[in-house]
Amino acid sequence: MSEFESKIPPGPIEKKWEYAKSHYKLVNPANKRKYDVIVVGAGLAGAAAAATMAELGYNVKCFVYHDSPRRAHSIAAQGGINAAKNYQNDGDSIYRLFYDTVKGGDYRSREANVHRLAELSVDIIDQAVAQGVPFAREYGGLLENRSFGGVQVSRTFYARGQTGQQLLLGAFQALERQIALGRVQMFPRHEMLDVVVVDGQAKGIVTRNLVTGAIDTHAGDAVVLGTGGYVNVFYLSTNAKASNATAIWRAYKRGAYFANPCYTQIHPTCIPQTGDYQSKLTLMSESLRNDGRIWVPKQQGDTRNPKDIPEAERDYYLERKYPSFGNLAPRDIASRAAKEVCDEGKGIGPSGRGVYLDFADAIKRLGKKTIEERYGNLFEMYHDITAEDPYEVPMRIYPAPHYAMGGLWVDYNLMSNVPGLYVIGEANFSDHGANRLGASALMQGLADGYFVVPVTIGDYLATQLGKKVSPDRPEFEQTKNDVAERVQRLLAANGSRSVDSFHRELGGIMWEYCGMARSAEGLQKAIGLVRDLRAQFWKDVRVLGTNEEPNQALEKAGRVADFFELAELMCIDALNRNESAGGHFRVEYQTPDGEAKRNDDEYLYVGAWEYRGDDAEPALHKEPLVYEEVKLATRSYK
Amino acid sequence: MDLTLHVWRQKSRAESGAFVTYKAAGISPDASFLEMLDIVNEGLIEKGEEAIHFEHDCREGICGSCGMMINGVAHGPIGGTATCQLHMRHFHDGDEVWVEPWRARAFPIIKDLIVDRTPLDKIIQAGGFISVNTGNAPEANSVPVAKMTVEKSMDAAQCIECGACVAQCPNGAAQLFTAAKIAHLGLLPQGQPERYDRVLNMVTTMEEYFGSCTMFRECEAVCPKDISTDFIARMNRDYIVARFKNRKAAGE
Repeated sequence: MSEFESKIPPGPIEKKWEYAKSHYKLVNPANKRKYDVIVVGAGLAGAAAAATMAELGYNVKCFVYHDSPRRAHSIAAQGGINAAKNYQNDGDSIYRLFYDTVKGGDYRSREANVHRLAELSVDIIDQAVAQGVPFAREYGGLLENRSFGGVQVSRTFYARGQTGQQLLLGAFQALERQIALGRVQMFPRHEMLDVVVVDGQAKGIVTRNLVTGAIDTHAGDAVVLGTGGYVNVFYLSTNAKASNATAIWRAYKRGAYFANPCYTQIHPTCIPQTGDYQSKLTLMSESLRNDGRIWVPKQQGDTRNPKDIPEAERDYYLERKYPSFGNLAPRDIASRAAKEVCDEGKGIGPSGRGVYLDFADAIKRLGKKTIEERYGNLFEMYHDITAEDPYEVPMRIYPAPHYAMGGLWVDYNLMSNVPGLYVIGEANFSDHGANRLGASALMQGLADGYFVVPVTIGDYLATQLGKKVSPDRPEFEQTKNDVAERVQRLLAANGSRSVDSFHRELGGIMWEYCGMARSAEGLQKAIGLVRDLRAQFWKDVRVLGTNEEPNQALEKAGRVADFFELAELMCIDALNRNESAGGHFRVEYQTPDGEAKRNDDEYLYVGAWEYRGDDAEPALHKEPLVYEEVKLATRSYK
Repeated sequence: MDLTLHVWRQKSRAESGAFVTYKAAGISPDASFLEMLDIVNEGLIEKGEEAIHFEHDCREGICGSCGMMINGVAHGPIGGTATCQLHMRHFHDGDEVWVEPWRARAFPIIKDLIVDRTPLDKIIQAGGFISVNTGNAPEANSVPVAKMTVEKSMDAAQCIECGACVAQCPNGAAQLFTAAKIAHLGLLPQGQPERYDRVLNMVTTMEEYFGSCTMFRECEAVCPKDISTDFIARMNRDYIVARFKNRKAAGE
């Protein structure tokens, strides 16, 4: 176990993927049906991978905690998906998409992975269109594009404000087709609670049936985790309520390395919090920044109606600070800029934590109808939530946790350091470095699921022919017992506080000390606070009901218990990284004008953490990042 | 605001259920309906009672997990919205609110407000897809699709599979759900090769689980995505054509 090699193929960057594909070991078509592949999660990455591997002939077992694979949180992605098609003839290319993504990630991603992603982006669009994804089109019937943050070309494909939904339905339908053909066995309402490692290789999982409480083991020749990101560690985030880190955290505790946990993305355009009862934050697609202008009053504490504030008294701060990218500055930069103006006392709305996103100019220029066509459903959603009409008054927005760039460490083939354990989509760390650009998550999830893992997994499976592990091996029973014991511990705590109250408190600590701005002092404090709260949680959490029934409190309790441990690792990682890069902003390391200041001499590496016991410090392994194509530079959007 | 809730509680499919009355006190009009239930649940847990179980996830009206009958109407009083996007400002201080799970024979209760909607996925499995293996796709712009066609297809494709259409229908019919998927795919050029097999297979499976449509059109009134019953007419037309087409193919 614990092989730690990035396995980047040789050759020039644009030939690496081709080289890799030509050199992977293959599984003979007649032998594919002899392999069982376990896929956990059915979002864009998981559903695409499960469907594609079934098409290739593998036996796939797919597990989701939802009632249907179509509910994964990929469905909520709004704005779009990038692809280097250059349909707009505006100078786009695979190289440019690659370059933008590396730069957008503040030079902390692996070049070879990003280039492959850019290459595959064009195939994803072909695939999605063939599946019937109704992307927006021009009057001539050809595909339409729009632009997104951090980029100066129009390469984003979209289906109204529901691009994630339509892409997920494409993958979901492909998956349902394979279920009907009997090639995928679907396990809805099953939550994965552990990985079974046999002789150092991932050979199965343990699940809990969310209806009956039955805890079962499932054996497979390989395990693929497509279980999403972990920013619900902040409690209030744009993620779905059930999104959690348990699958990847359990894998971490079985030996998989966790890479760059401190790289979390705070998205600039979300609806501000209104009260303590708030259960989540709602994203307003970044695409709105194409036509909306962001501003705050120049005067501190100006509570006038926005319409009564004359142009001269408004500060369009993104346009002022970043004239060449303006409102389309990348997410980390736009978020920090919003925090800055609010910290200066210029924030708007009841809490003072908000800025305006104003469409008045766009409506004047393009007409209400065009704006409605582009963003109708987003405006409606905003109106439902706030009771304000964004056609009439500017939207109020504020940054919120949105995406985790960090995740389990994987090599070029998307396999973790535990052989047989693959990690795809947001659950891995690989492609976005320290900051993800808009419309790139859908691209990565689908690239991993449709085109990468179905190919790379053969290279491992070919070595496993005739080596099927028996589910009677003691490791299965042992892992199952570990899971059952943990469930009983949660039920037995029988304390006085609800799971949500703990989660909310944990989120508060993380947002304060490990959110948009971090300091060594704050992080040290946070580690202490998180540890204390975790100890209190195990003593005082109240989980009513039993295991043998649907029990939502028990489900949540297990996830929150893992968030505590992850939160600590995030702080440790953030404390270790004495630099600012992308979404990781350490206040001690900034330029005189408040921009992130990297330290390439000491931190040009992926920080991959190894679990060494609940009370032991994790061990840091460094994968050096080598930039052969892109020249390291200070990221500038001015 | 303060409300009185009458919530359907049922431990499992095997046991019988009943309405239980709860007070929801001090609710902000800006809270969502589900956040109001969260507050009630926190109070229940404090008292040592198990929380009301209901399905929910994205809370942005797109995942389709949530849904309950609120005063007899699927997703509540305002229409065009899922339960998670229904806000308390649409209620009044002192209101009595009856909360029930989806009412449909095809959706058996799992616990409290949670039901089993698996039959909807069965309909998709019967043909709600375009058969294209990964890697087989032609260049995306090789087939132009008229803007109006794709917009219409998108109107249908927006369905979130929440099941409100079935729950509201006096017949427990799933025509709107099925028709939406048939229209989404059948309107597009990519969906043509399987168009008529698709409608036959999906309708057959639909009829195994669900009631028949008699055009009450209550589905359309509660659909959170405002999907039009026009698509049902289109499905019926395709179905009739398909019956003839396949006879022809069989040489009759």
